[in-house]
Parts: sequence; structure tokens; C-alpha cells
Amino acid sequence: MQYLVSVIDDKTNPGSTDRQPAISAFNERLIAEGHWVFAGGLADTEAATVVDNRGEQAVFSDGPFVESKEYLAGVWVWEAPDLDVALALAAEASKVCDRKIEVRPFR
Amino acid sequence: MNDVEEAITRAHRDGWARVVAALTRRFGDLDLAEEATAEAFATAVQRWRADGVPPNPAAWLTTTATHKAIDRIRRESKRDDKHEEARMVHDDEPPEPLGVIDDDRLRLFFTCCHPALGVEARLALTLRMVGGLTVPEIARAFLVAESAVAQRITRAKAKIKAARIPYRVPAAPDLPARVGGVLAVLFLVFNEGYLATGPDTDPVRHDLTAEAIRLTRLIRALLPDDGEVAGLLALMLLTEARRAARVSATGELVALHEQDRGAWDADLIAEGHGLVRERLAAAAAGVAPGRYQVLAAINAVHTSARDTRDTDWSQILALYDQLVRLDPSPIVALNRAVAVAELDGPEVALALVDRLAGALAGYHAYHATRADLLRRLGRSEQSRTAYDRAIELAGNTAETAYLTRRRDQLGSG
Repeated sequence: MQYLVSVIDDKTNPGSTDRQPAISAFNERLIAEGHWVFAGGLADTEAATVVDNRGEQAVFSDGPFVESKEYLAGVWVWEAPDLDVALALAAEASKVCDRKIEVRPFR
Repeated sequence: MNDVEEAITRAHRDGWARVVAALTRRFGDLDLAEEATAEAFATAVQRWRADGVPPNPAAWLTTTATHKAIDRIRRESKRDDKHEEARMVHDDEPPEPLGVIDDDRLRLFFTCCHPALGVEARLALTLRMVGGLTVPEIARAFLVAESAVAQRITRAKAKIKAARIPYRVPAAPDLPARVGGVLAVLFLVFNEGYLATGPDTDPVRHDLTAEAIRLTRLIRALLPDDGEVAGLLALMLLTEARRAARVSATGELVALHEQDRGAWDADLIAEGHGLVRERLAAAAAGVAPGRYQVLAAINAVHTSARDTRDTDWSQILALYDQLVRLDPSPIVALNRAVAVAELDGPEVALALVDRLAGALAGYHAYHATRADLLRRLGRSEQSRTAYDRAIELAGNTAETAYLTRRRDQLGSG
């Protein structure tokens, strides 16, 4: 079973910025234990571009698709046998990243 | 009630959760287990009337439900790869600390009360899957629309499947927190029965308190060594024991110190005291008690006093001091202040209560407690204002009646 694990930051109350070494160590463990599928940190939401080509021509617009106080700061994809395993890892990830984490199963 | 109906009622009470749990384990699908179990009971009503009650009703129901489930799988040709993939995960290894204690019903409790589900979903799912209540019964219990209950249950089952919430007794390190989650759900059911809210509902809903006690007895049978399970059961029994004395003939709440102690249920009190003694022995042996055990001990002190004047308030205060360390919530602080009033007088207690204004401004019991302390201090006008606010906020009809009488008895001053 794969889970999308989102790291959620808060513009008005951001998490600490010195987490990279701890996150790297956590990633090593995810790899060693067979949970790691993918991981990536994201640039600022200001760097996002929305593309809509449902009409006659593609429309490009600046910025994220939804403006909000909370935003996606990074993602993991984990392999885990069930939600209990994923939630236990996510609880650690939240400490390691100093941010909220959302766990959502892939279909 | 005739013999067949009685047999069905008994089988439903004793067997529903067992059948749902066994089928969930076998087929890995809570939804299928629930529907097949319901069908089996519906069939029992017809067949047992025609052919008589089978020699082993529980086995008959499990076999019938299993056949219903297999029929359903065939009909919906669910046995494709997709269905196999969506099966709930469970392990056959009983977790170490539980040793031989492994019952599918325990797995059912843990799945229904999983922390990834919303609280309302946990309540509805537990009452449906473990308690065997129907959707209309649950809707009546919580005064919500049947469609809302049905939707909560459907969504919860879908999440269990989609997110792979396991069907398993949690591992040892997680067990205390997860047992705590199950107990919290049962305590909510009990409290909704004990202090039912809503203008058109009975002030005490015995059906709900009885159901909460029944399910807590079940979890006690499954986890006999868990101190908090024993604590919660004792707390419920000692509270339920006072039920008959708690509401007057005119439908008014009767405060603890005014209750007819002769109307208390001696058997329930004896059973509750027995559990509290068991936990006191464990505490003496060095097992730190949790909050339900301390709450049960407080209730044991109250129910030990034959006359309200014999209440050992210093022991109650000592227990509240212990409780504050486990649960530093303003509600515990409020209840502690009531004990302080008995020992150090209403003025000292009022100072403690006033400190909670920020946290408890919207809580009826905060205003009711203040009103009573102000009344005892002869500050009638302030007391009246506090009663007014408490009456506005109280949702229980018997409590509203009690508070209104107390307010109207205030002198001017």
C-alpha cells in the first residue's frame, strides 16, 4: 500500500528552518526499512504556475491554485502495510520536520 | 415475549459482535460482515418461528451469516483481484502482552475506535458493529437524522478500506493509548445517556447507559488486566447505581447531597466498590492509576457515605489533587473546587472557580457551581445572574428544572 505523505507549513507560523540534517537521517531510515518510495521538498508557492487547457487554448496563470495560510511544503511517497504503520512514521516525520503531516492513501 | 423472540433477543445481545467480528476476520470486509450479519438475524426471525430455535443459536447465526456473505460475494462477483486488494489487513499472531487473550471482538473495538476516524464516526461505528444497534436506534440516541448516522457509518467504512485501517490488536507500545481511545468512546455513550441533552429527551437515557455498561463489561472480559478498563467500569457502575435517586418524581435533578441514599442500587455499588478495591491493591503494589481509576475512587468515597454528612471530603480532595496531575483540565479544577468548598468554605472555593472564567465561560456547570457558592456566601444578586447563565447553557431538562428552582428560592440581597 502506498501513501502520499504531505508536509504542511504555515505562512503565519512557519516551522523551524534547521531540520534538513534530521530529515536526511530520517530518509536514510525510511530507505533502510523499505518504506521510502519518493521524497521531495517544494519551492515557495509563489513559484507555482497554474495551467488550464480545458478550453480552446491553454491559459497560464501565476501562483498556486489556491491561496491559503497553510500550504504544501514537501511530499513523500511511502510504502507501508497499513495505516497504523504509516501513522507511526508520520508522527515521527512531524517531529523531524517540525511541521504538520497529512497521510493520504493512493487508490 | 415468546420463546423465539426471547432467543433472538438474547442471541442478538450476546452474539451480534461475535458474528460481525468473525466475518470481518474471515472476509476482510467490515461492510460485508455487517450486512451478512444483519441478514442472518433477519432470517433467524423467520426460520426460528417456523422451525423452532436451533440447539446452538450462536453457531447457527455464524454459519448462516457466512453463507449470506459468500452469496453476496458471488452475486457481486467481488472475488476479483481488486477485492482481494481491498481486504483489511490483520495478523494472526496475538500481540505479546495479551498472550492468549485474543478475540476478534477486540479487533473490532480497535478498528471502530481508530484515531484516524472522527469522534462521531467512532461512536456510530462502535454502536453499530459492536453494539448491534440499528441506524435508527443510533440516530435516536444522539438526536441526529438517520441519514446523518448512515452517512457517518458509510464514510467510516470507506475510509477503513481506502486507507487500510488494520483489523488488529495494536502493538504493546501503542496499546494503552488505543485502549484509552476505546474507553473514551464508551464513556461518551455513557455520559450522553446519563446527562442526556435536548428539550424533548428523557433526562436520563437508561438504554444508553445500559449499552455503555454492557460494552464496557465486554471489553473488561477481553482485557481483564487493564486497570483503566476496570476503572471506567467501576465509574459507570457507581454512577448508574444512583440513577433512580438522581431525578425527582417531578422530573427535577436531585443533587448528590440531597439524594435518597436508600434508593441507590446496592448491587451495583458493591460491584463498583469491588473493582475499586482491586485497583487500590494494584496501586499499593506500585501500578500508577489512570484517570478513570481515580474518578472511580472519588465515586467510591461518595457512595461509601450512608449519610451525606459522613462524606470523607479530605479523601475526595486528595483524589482530586491526584486527578489534577493526570488531567490538568479546567473541568477537573472546577470539580476539585467543589470539594475545597466543603473543607475550606465557599469563599476559598469561589476564588478558585473565578480563575476558570476564561476557559469555562460557555460551560453550564461552571455557572451553576459559581451560583451555588455565591448563594452560600449570601451574595444573592450575583448568584441569580450566575443561575440565569447556567439555565441558558444547560441542555438537560432535569438540570434546568433544578437550577430554576434554586434560582427562584434565592432571597433578595
